[in-house]
Amino acid sequence: MIHSLFLINHSGDIFLEKHWKSVISRSVCDYFFEAKEKAAEPENVAPVLQTPHHYLITIYRGKLFFLSVVQTEAPPLFVIEFLHRVADIFQDYFGECSESVIKDNVVTVYELLEEMLDNGFPLATESNVLKEMIRPPTILRSVVNTLTGTWSNVGDTLPTGQLSNIPWRRAGVKYTNNEAYFDVIEEIDAIVDKSGTTVCAEIQGVIEACVRLTGMPDLTLSFMNPRLLDDVSFHPCVRFKRWESERALSFIPPDGNFTLMNYHVSSQNLVALPVYVKQSISFFDSGPCGRLDITVGPKQTMGKTVEALMVTIHMPKAVLSANLTATQGSYTYDLATKVLVWDIGKLNPQKLPNLKGSLSLQAGAPKPEDNPSLNIDLKIQQMAISGLKVSRLEMFGEKYKPFKGVKYLTKAGKFQVRT
Amino acid sequence: NSGTKIHGNRCDGGIKCLKQASNATTTFLCSAAQPLSPPSSVLRNEDLKEMLESNKESLKLEAMKRVVGLIAKGKNASELFPAVVKNVASKNIELKKLVYVYLVRYAEEQQDLALLSISTFQRALKEPNQFIRASALRVLSSIRVPIIVPIMMLAIKEAAADMSPYVRKTSAHAIQKLYSLDPDQKEQLIEVIEKLLKDKSTLVAGSVVVAFEEVCPDRIDLIHKNYRKLCNLLVDVEEWGQVVIISMLTRYARTQFTSPWKEGASFEENNEKAFYASDSEEKSERTEAEAYVMDPDHRLLLRNTKPLLQSRNTAVVMSVAQLYWHLAPRHEVNLVTKSLVRLLRSHREVQYIVLQNIATMSIQRKGMFEPYMKSFYVRSTDATHIKTLKLEILTNLANEANISTILREFQTYVKSQDKAFAAATIQAIGRCATNISEVTDTCLNGLVLLLSNRDETVVAESVVVIKKLLQTQPTQHSEIIKHMAKLFDNITVSMARASILWLMGEYCDRVPKIAPDVLRKMAKSFTAEEDIVKLQTVNLAAKLYLTNSKQTKLLTQYILNLGKYDQSYDIRDRTRFIRQLIVPNEKSGALNKYARRILLAPKPAPVLESAFKDRDRYQLGTLSHSLNSKASGYQELSDWPAVAPDQSVRNVEVVEPVQEWAPSVGKTKKLKSDDKFYSDNEEEKAEEESESSEGSSSSSSSSSGGGKMVADVYSRASFQVTAPSFGPVKTYELLHHMTGKGLSAKYHFPRQPCLHQPGMVAVQVTLSNGSDRSLEEIHVGDRSPASLNIHCFNTIERLEPEASVTVSMGIDFSDSTQAANFQLCTKEDGFSVSIQPAVGELLMPSSLSEQDFSREQGKLLGMNETSATVAMATANASSQAVKQRVLSVANVGEVPSGQDVAHR
Repeated sequence: MIHSLFLINHSGDIFLEKHWKSVISRSVCDYFFEAKEKAAEPENVAPVLQTPHHYLITIYRGKLFFLSVVQTEAPPLFVIEFLHRVADIFQDYFGECSESVIKDNVVTVYELLEEMLDNGFPLATESNVLKEMIRPPTILRSVVNTLTGTWSNVGDTLPTGQLSNIPWRRAGVKYTNNEAYFDVIEEIDAIVDKSGTTVCAEIQGVIEACVRLTGMPDLTLSFMNPRLLDDVSFHPCVRFKRWESERALSFIPPDGNFTLMNYHVSSQNLVALPVYVKQSISFFDSGPCGRLDITVGPKQTMGKTVEALMVTIHMPKAVLSANLTATQGSYTYDLATKVLVWDIGKLNPQKLPNLKGSLSLQAGAPKPEDNPSLNIDLKIQQMAISGLKVSRLEMFGEKYKPFKGVKYLTKAGKFQVRT
Repeated sequence: NSGTKIHGNRCDGGIKCLKQASNATTTFLCSAAQPLSPPSSVLRNEDLKEMLESNKESLKLEAMKRVVGLIAKGKNASELFPAVVKNVASKNIELKKLVYVYLVRYAEEQQDLALLSISTFQRALKEPNQFIRASALRVLSSIRVPIIVPIMMLAIKEAAADMSPYVRKTSAHAIQKLYSLDPDQKEQLIEVIEKLLKDKSTLVAGSVVVAFEEVCPDRIDLIHKNYRKLCNLLVDVEEWGQVVIISMLTRYARTQFTSPWKEGASFEENNEKAFYASDSEEKSERTEAEAYVMDPDHRLLLRNTKPLLQSRNTAVVMSVAQLYWHLAPRHEVNLVTKSLVRLLRSHREVQYIVLQNIATMSIQRKGMFEPYMKSFYVRSTDATHIKTLKLEILTNLANEANISTILREFQTYVKSQDKAFAAATIQAIGRCATNISEVTDTCLNGLVLLLSNRDETVVAESVVVIKKLLQTQPTQHSEIIKHMAKLFDNITVSMARASILWLMGEYCDRVPKIAPDVLRKMAKSFTAEEDIVKLQTVNLAAKLYLTNSKQTKLLTQYILNLGKYDQSYDIRDRTRFIRQLIVPNEKSGALNKYARRILLAPKPAPVLESAFKDRDRYQLGTLSHSLNSKASGYQELSDWPAVAPDQSVRNVEVVEPVQEWAPSVGKTKKLKSDDKFYSDNEEEKAEEESESSEGSSSSSSSSSGGGKMVADVYSRASFQVTAPSFGPVKTYELLHHMTGKGLSAKYHFPRQPCLHQPGMVAVQVTLSNGSDRSLEEIHVGDRSPASLNIHCFNTIERLEPEASVTVSMGIDFSDSTQAANFQLCTKEDGFSVSIQPAVGELLMPSSLSEQDFSREQGKLLGMNETSATVAMATANASSQAVKQRVLSVANVGEVPSGQDVAHR
């Protein structure tokens, strides 16, 4: 399926290549570079490209292109999903997925890639399994490595997880402190139009888990109001039958961090947006200038504070500079990318934050046809905006009492205000 | 070229040779290390080489890490090969793994040196630890060196019968590697695939289906017996395996079940309805007449894939969605909508593929996605290709009920800063306007408003779309044309100007006053216009000249004159042509009469339709669908069969048939008793291994002499040794009467099973007395080698002069062509004689079918195989003649052959 992989940085240098079948010359990437050249933004490069003899399937993540070469028919999503999994594993191993980190850990990266695919077909993609075979770098090991060069990356135990019915969990896990944490994170995707009416809004959530439990615990997580969940997708560990019959999550968890489930809150429920935005952006016909005035206020926050509030605006190309004053927080305007970022921070309902001032336009340029839309970022701690609540977590199969915790967080997803 | 069963020999020969080669490894490498260093190479390679050859493990490891770093960067590190390959047997796991990485990368370039590592892997294949076995097979099969094909084959076969499912999984991967290295192995590999398909382990299922898809996707028959098992295992297979299994089963189902989409046919479940809560509604619509009954296996597939819609793996969800799309009854397809929409929140690339598929689906089934329309609203932060796809879907979803909402949304998009997207939106509005007649006017008016847009791209696109719209709606649009004529002065984009001019000309009868005025303006600015505008001006002039020559005659002539001297030859040509066409003069020919009909012919309206219209010819979710062109290796999805093929092929007997490859304990015991029977030769035991004991005992009693070898190999299926094939008998001289003091002997091979002892070749010796006295006590004396096993004939007491006698004896040649030497003695003398058998005489024919033959043949490859080209006289070209010739040299039988050109 996947023939080769090339990692390409933002400026178009191939800094890593790996082949799972015969070697393919890196000149195959030229077709990609051509497409990249044509597309203004790296995001705009089509993920699937056709060349005379190969097919190139690319993902763009963390300013890196993961370009895979495919020679015959293969489901494109299969390849894309796998590439994202590779990026996830890098993230998991090295904390971030960037060129410098990959270059620093090139041997580990290579060992990982070797284990993840055999003849282009995924072999081991579970982080738990891989970590048994190839140890992630730690500070201690890198120190020892530089001093003696003897510490091995490769685990000397063989990955037993791969053979069991629960490949996501390694055997013989032991902790002195047994803990299970669940983060219920919800994101609001919304489009609000000029007049402040909600064009569309929906909530999607994810339950991230961090489970450090000894042995083979069998957990059951139940909700107060599972009816809210309209559409769900699960980590393979979740027993689907139990969900269908009882609407409870029953699973033997992987060890460490993992995504337990993703869900979508049924669209019948009206979504209460936590903030409103009053804005006016206008460009004058007379003279190269414009005016901007934005105020953000709380709408439905259920008594919680809105934090990490941020407004991002992609300005029209003609906007040269911005001369603004913010009553709260600070703003930056990047001249190269034409992005205005107003970092507000905590929203104070008594004193609404406001950003006001003038924009100067390139002289002679025609006045921008339309106004840029605002992208809102925010966080609300200790609240799931849909109202979803975990009722309890039970553990079977082990004797000890684990420490359990659930945290809620609401974030803005793709929250856009049109102007 | 007439393939015969000559390859009855030495299965393990190839391995032996390689083992010898690897014994030589150490000596060779020691010598290779020094002289191979090229002076031109960089110093760094020298250092690395030194480090690799040091005794310190840490230095070696460090060096290997650097080498792998070089490989990762795409730098050439091939010259370190000899130094690296030495470490292949290292005890350090990491070092070993890195060496494997290196080997797999460079083995193809350094085939000879790569061979040196093979023995290490062969040894590792026998390790008790399954992971070591598996990794050895992985690397061995990744080394793309054609010479080791037989070894790989052997290793794959062994691994396919391994106790560990993990090793079996690896062998399934190895099948594809071997197939890509040597496609001739196909038949044998299919056998292994067939066996692995029977595997009940979830680990193996996905990998073997990948192998199946790559090697023999057309052998649908192999799936029948495994179909239900695959369906039932599916949920527990790892996610990547699920994707390939589902797409394979989709293809399978389309060939085996009848269509659930029959027009007006009702739907009936013929198994337990209690399973489905959702079925209740279907009951109501059921009618007595002509009920469609879904095959329970078809239902099984749909039922078992449904939970996978909840997978976190987007590829799995997509593959289930396409399965439902291609296989499920119409009303069940809606099940997948929600999950597909969910995927839209995933990564951008995932969105792209999913949107493409939704676009295709939404053309045929608007209803599926209409409730989720808002999920396709465009955000300014979306990538351009995502925006365009969303736009496409929104346009597909538009109907009378929702068009106003969609148009309002489109109004926002038109103002987008992304001008390419704004232009695409205008196109989309045009499509909505043609599809939904209620809004045509609204759209048209909206588009007219856009004509005053500041952005040229938007204006130009609007003009072009308006032009198309007017063409499809050739009534009451003089107002719009007038409006456009007014705007004409302000529009600068040439494409738009040209479009307006074309409109004026086409509908000049509707704007009789304005058109000449526009032409007048154009006459003034003609020289400053773009080519495309000039061409349309000429067209306009011509059309007006034909309809309204009174007003425009002079103008037209002026423009034609300007055109005549234009810089562009296109315009000069066009002008000349038009002038000849419309202005009557004595030179103009018959065409003049038709000028009106040529220029003012009614033109068909352009069709505005989705770019995804024809994509449904590809299976959804495939690369071909995404590219809208057939990718190599794409498997066409067949149409439903009119009549379902036999359903019973999928029935699996409850009692498993005897497993050929895993002999039970009882059988092994029996085998041992057979071994005693074969006290004379050890090596054949290896070949028999797991054969059924029954077969070998029966064949051993019936086969004889040299025939035993072939018979043994084939014994598992208890082949019958056939009657000797009738060939010309060739007689050889054993003893000349001059040397034999009157006794002469001749022998031939009767080609019959030896009666005395299996394993011997029957020889008939004709002794004759050429002397003038009688010979007494003729017998066989000393033999050399002493171990030679001969069944002698009974001593002939007396042979009269001129008399001859034929005796038969059996000789065990031990399957070699070494001569059997013995003494032929009379009462007084002994004569040393020797019988040298021809290879052909050591064989024994057995009867078997063509398939059996090719299967057995497949087992004897590599060193067992020999091929040669023979130039044939045309007289011998007939199959009869070929057979005759072959039979004259070898004791073989003929296998009925399906092909005329191949003799077996």
